Amino acid sequence: MIGMTTKSQGTMSGLFRAREAGLILIIAAIFVVMSFASPYFLTPENLLSMVKSFSVEAIVVIGMTILLISGGIDLSVGSVTALAMVIAGSLFLAGLDPWSASIIAIIACGAIGAIMGIMVTWIGLHHFIVSLGVMVIARGLCMLGTGGRPLGLFTLPPEFKWIGTGSVGPIPVVILIFLAFVLVFDFLLRRTTAFRKVVYTGSNPKAAAYSGVRTKKVIFLTTVLTSTLCGIAGVIYMARFGSAQPTFGIGMELNVIAAAVIGGASLSGGSGTILGAILGALLLAVVSSSLTLLDVSVYWQDIIRGSILLTAVTFDHYLVKRRG
Amino acid sequence: MPVARPAIRLAGQLLKGREMTDTVLGIRNVTRSFGPVRALRGINFDLKRGEIHAVAGENGAGKSTLMNIIDGILQPDSGEILIDGKPVRISSPAEAQRLGIGFVHQEIALCPDVSVAENIFMAATNRSRAFLMDAAGLHAKARDVLAQLSDIDPGILVRDLSISNQQLVEIAKALTLDCRILILDEPTAALTEREAQLLFGIMRKLASQGIAIIYISHRMVEIFENCDRVTVFRDGQYIRTDKVSETTPDEIVNAMVGRKIESLYPPKLQAPAGAAILQVEGLTDRRFQGVTFELRSGEILGVAGLIGAGRSEIMRGICRLEGKASGQVRLYGRVLSLQCYTDAIVEGIVYLSEDRKGDGLFLDLPIAANVSALNLGQVARAFGLIDKGAETRLAEGLGKKLGLKASGVGQKVSALSGGNQQKVALAKLLAIKPRVIFLDEPTRGVDVGAKAEIHRILRDLASEGVGILVISSELPELIGISDRVIVIADGRITGELPAEKLSEQAIMQLASNKGWQKQSA
Repeated sequence: MIGMTTKSQGTMSGLFRAREAGLILIIAAIFVVMSFASPYFLTPENLLSMVKSFSVEAIVVIGMTILLISGGIDLSVGSVTALAMVIAGSLFLAGLDPWSASIIAIIACGAIGAIMGIMVTWIGLHHFIVSLGVMVIARGLCMLGTGGRPLGLFTLPPEFKWIGTGSVGPIPVVILIFLAFVLVFDFLLRRTTAFRKVVYTGSNPKAAAYSGVRTKKVIFLTTVLTSTLCGIAGVIYMARFGSAQPTFGIGMELNVIAAAVIGGASLSGGSGTILGAILGALLLAVVSSSLTLLDVSVYWQDIIRGSILLTAVTFDHYLVKRRG
Repeated sequence: MPVARPAIRLAGQLLKGREMTDTVLGIRNVTRSFGPVRALRGINFDLKRGEIHAVAGENGAGKSTLMNIIDGILQPDSGEILIDGKPVRISSPAEAQRLGIGFVHQEIALCPDVSVAENIFMAATNRSRAFLMDAAGLHAKARDVLAQLSDIDPGILVRDLSISNQQLVEIAKALTLDCRILILDEPTAALTEREAQLLFGIMRKLASQGIAIIYISHRMVEIFENCDRVTVFRDGQYIRTDKVSETTPDEIVNAMVGRKIESLYPPKLQAPAGAAILQVEGLTDRRFQGVTFELRSGEILGVAGLIGAGRSEIMRGICRLEGKASGQVRLYGRVLSLQCYTDAIVEGIVYLSEDRKGDGLFLDLPIAANVSALNLGQVARAFGLIDKGAETRLAEGLGKKLGLKASGVGQKVSALSGGNQQKVALAKLLAIKPRVIFLDEPTRGVDVGAKAEIHRILRDLASEGVGILVISSELPELIGISDRVIVIADGRITGELPAEKLSEQAIMQLASNKGWQKQSA
């Protein structure tokens, strides 16, 4: 007979929480070790700069996580983010106010997502290939639009720059934006029917279609969402740097995918959480900050980051196997 | 009946002393656990030269575990495996091959983008030291092997073959390994009746050449028509071995289930069926033409036909899961204009997929999330927020109704047995209180006990006034549960049989009259 109690329901979400708890534990351990290893680590300045360093990228991580859950992937996030900066920057230099320029840039990124979405759903191409092509094209557009040189946006009005550099009390605005995005999307993903359909689609696209889910629509919309979030991130970066850098975000896609996967997302779709992915991103940021403080060469940092990713997925593999 | 088998048996009886060497494979007290689950508890099993030995048991009885041990995929925790009376350790499938053990798995494991010939000789190519592959030679050899099975062109890519032909390629592949012991795991699941008969012919031929065959099947008819002995496992234990000639299907089924199943099928509709629920008229698409039938209240309507006849396509066409069928579909007299499956769901017309794992369920999601999938609105509050409590209650309520065995609705579906998975798939449909349910092979891969439960559930639903339409390739099941059967061949309805005229012969005649002409042409 079925002993269906809320307790077992609890173990299920408990399993999900186990991964997040594990990440928090690891991050806490690094904190403890680092507080002994470096006097600067636990200073408010270092902590803030650490969070700031990944808070904008985290918006892209959110998009990537949702896309991974739906079974897709997007390699173009880095160059689309840069393209958003370049579009908004160029429009601003052409005389548009920065707000309108930003909105146009974000819409343009959404349109790029729409093109990718159409190619994936209607034509039936693979996300990986489509976004690989778009990654190169978007980067080319960045270079074309700027001649390869950063656009200095020295006349950006302070109220616009406030988004990237200002703070409310002691807390930087970028961190507030980041927190807002995380809370909203985490809630949406866990609780709304729309995002449940994303989970269905990624878990088993055929079963989703056989449950009446319009899977093509879901995939199209998640693709658009990811690119749109890249656009938003790009605009915030522009406000933060006061410039538009055509070479910004090279290699960002790998970092973002790594964060999502460390946080529990699977490349085969159907699993992953926003909170987990953000913790994954935080772990990478903490490690990178620690290594910098410890004067470890940047080249080593790459090697260590890659190793963390492989450790996480290996761990996952055995965890899943044991459970199954 | 071939002459060779009784001859071998006779020889065995005459030469009592040779009895020992006649046993090619012996399993002695083999145990195997997976964590806390004891999959095999001291199994004994003997396989004789030249016999076709059926292995029967419900899902989870330990059949697959034992076969995987014989094939070297798994290692026993304790116990002995004897080949020709000598203890052996089978450490890998390659070692099993060397010992002359061939295994045709239930799941097809071929390389779809490679030719039939190269697939058949995959193992041989793997062993070969030659630098270049001899394509012409491979094709010629493949043609020889295939000749006894079917006329598949060895040069064709496996992906272009039907599932049943792919199954035949799997069998051909095993035949090339010069095996002395051949394990066939439900080989007829994907075959048509005619192909299955061909396969049985081949099995008998192989047995007469001295090959010992282990034949795993749920289908009593196949076991009793084609095998020499039958061994039953239950809950990881050896139950009994009988000569087929000395037992009955009922005895075997009871041994499998461990309790007496009063009758395999629920009672049929006594009164005449009620008013029409669904009326289909002149439904036509690429794969079927002029399909006209009606489904009445209270009845279970069976749909028979060979695989590929268009049964599933018609049902999916009505639900708008595929194609753009023309024709008229009326629900309670009202003409429907469905554009997509979502429209059908809104009308309460749902489809249970024949491929539970492939497109019926979200295996890595919890039961609750599966049950609510068809219409999330039923568990949502304002702004599309999912009410977890409502979702849990929905799944628990249906789970109780269907007798679902699970530790909780938070459990992942992949952890459930086939029968319970099927109940989740069914619960998912029932959640929206459907008016018409199309069930495509609703008991495929489901063990005997759960099968009877599902049949009872279908009967209950029909009595509650839900339109029930069942597609099944298993004729005894179709005859057992249907109040009326329509037969489809080559995309057309070739006949309708009322309950009192149902028989396998009658169905097969209608199912094959067109298909056979076309295939033999």
